[in-house]
Amino acid sequence: MNVVAEALRKSYGDTAALDGLYLAVRAGTVHGLLGPNGAGKSTTVRILATLARPDGGRAEVGGHDVVRDAARVRARIGLVGQHTAVDEVLTGRRNLVMFGRLAHLTRRAARRRADELLETFGLADAADRPAGTYSGGMRRRLDLAAGILLAPTVLFLDEPTTGLDPRARAEVWRAVRELADGGTTVLLTTQYLEEADRLADDISVIDHGRVIASGTPEGLKAELGGDRLDVVIADPGDLAAASAAVERVTGFRPEVDEDALRLSAPVADRVGALSGTLRALDDVHVTVADIAVRRPTLDEVFLRLTDRAQKTTPKEAVR
Amino acid sequence: MSAATLRWTVLDAWTMTVRELERRVRRPGALIAALAFPIMVVLMMGYLFGGQMDAPGGNYREFIMPGMFALTMAFGLEGTFTAIAADASRGITDRFRALPLSASAPVAGRCAADLVDAALGLAVMALCGLAIGWNWHDGAVRALAAFGLLLLLRASLVWAGVWLGLVARGPESVMVIQVLVWPVGFLSSAMVDPSTMPGWLGAIAEWNPLSATVTACRDLFGQPGWEAHSWPGRHALALALAWPLVITAVSLPMAVRRYRRLS
Repeated sequence: MNVVAEALRKSYGDTAALDGLYLAVRAGTVHGLLGPNGAGKSTTVRILATLARPDGGRAEVGGHDVVRDAARVRARIGLVGQHTAVDEVLTGRRNLVMFGRLAHLTRRAARRRADELLETFGLADAADRPAGTYSGGMRRRLDLAAGILLAPTVLFLDEPTTGLDPRARAEVWRAVRELADGGTTVLLTTQYLEEADRLADDISVIDHGRVIASGTPEGLKAELGGDRLDVVIADPGDLAAASAAVERVTGFRPEVDEDALRLSAPVADRVGALSGTLRALDDVHVTVADIAVRRPTLDEVFLRLTDRAQKTTPKEAVR
Repeated sequence: MSAATLRWTVLDAWTMTVRELERRVRRPGALIAALAFPIMVVLMMGYLFGGQMDAPGGNYREFIMPGMFALTMAFGLEGTFTAIAADASRGITDRFRALPLSASAPVAGRCAADLVDAALGLAVMALCGLAIGWNWHDGAVRALAAFGLLLLLRASLVWAGVWLGLVARGPESVMVIQVLVWPVGFLSSAMVDPSTMPGWLGAIAEWNPLSATVTACRDLFGQPGWEAHSWPGRHALALALAWPLVITAVSLPMAVRRYRRLS
């Protein structure tokens, strides 16, 4: 394990940002920390990156305690925060050389590393332009490059694609994937389920400062969602009859999208549900426009999880 | 602190200084604007207000220069504040803090760069002053000592600016700093004789650190000043040395602790 957190607690004033958070990140994997705004994602990263001190519990990064051995931890981590932390007046190259020097590389090593990273992140052509002239995606890649100057064992990425357009997001995803393939352990926070689905080997869903579910993306979908049946009917007048028929077959009251004329319900037996539903709808003379059985999206899993957490821990929204 | 740690602290501070200076060079427009401001104030005070002012020694333009030097040092606080607050709000400070570098390095680098700024500003203002009839009368050594006092004041305000910049919620709050700096700047002997103010206000003005530096500078430049009838007026040189040291002793630990603070 490269990152371990046990019973982390942190309060800001009266609000508990972290309320006993446990986390274990396997070496060489991308671990997604997924949760709504204010779930405690950034607080977790700030504690692990030695920027904040926990009120309770303990955490280790690369085998070193983040409070007692902060200096050793800092020598082994890279941090890419929510904001693009580069000097926009300096050129891309000067930014990297400066951060390299501050990371205590020799002047020559800092220059060589800067060249290397500019090449890797496709910024070689823009290296001598001020970072302020870069596009959002380029700036974020420069930011990533600054985060991995020391070839960190663990890289923290706090919402790396928030505010980026889809193309820039894809650029950043590719860069993160390449880093992970090169052996870097990545802890990534995100509100985007798609991002976690695409990048993460493991996911911890957090809400109200606690991990409420964890596993692989596929595992989470299978364990918590199961398969879903989608039926689209032809006539809006049939919605009530169709809903009753689907409920009879699946045993669940379906979610109804009245605009799309779509009914959706969880099912256990894929083939049986398909044929049974078709028969039941035919019996009540409902015309079916489309029918399919599919895996749930991570969105559905996520909403269900955070919904459940809301009901079991009736607390104020926290940071 | 081991030798290696000390060496890295110095190198880190140097890297930070180079960064700041490079920013100046890359934005000559901003640098020129920053240098033009004190010149404008000197000309404005000298020619717009000067006609109506009754200065000790008769020459208001000559009289006003030490006050202008010191006011420029005080207003420099805004620059320190804005730069520190901008770095903090954009996450650059967090990146520095996640690096294995000493907490005093970024603060020391900031101070060095701001002092270079201040020295440049003083040089430009001095040239401007020479052009409009100001000069030093007691020799270059005493004149240099006066500039040293001004830079000492500026250095002490760097720490205060760093602390304020780290406490503030973003560079926009510079408005608040301006609201504070202007009255503190003018409530001094820089422009007017404190004895013409209501008694209690005059006492505050006399004890203002800025007044000590201004009065000491007037003396070192060999220029006429207000009649020193109060204790702070008679011990201006000692106070001009003591005040910056006191400000530093209070605000430097606060700045470094705030920088290092694990929130």
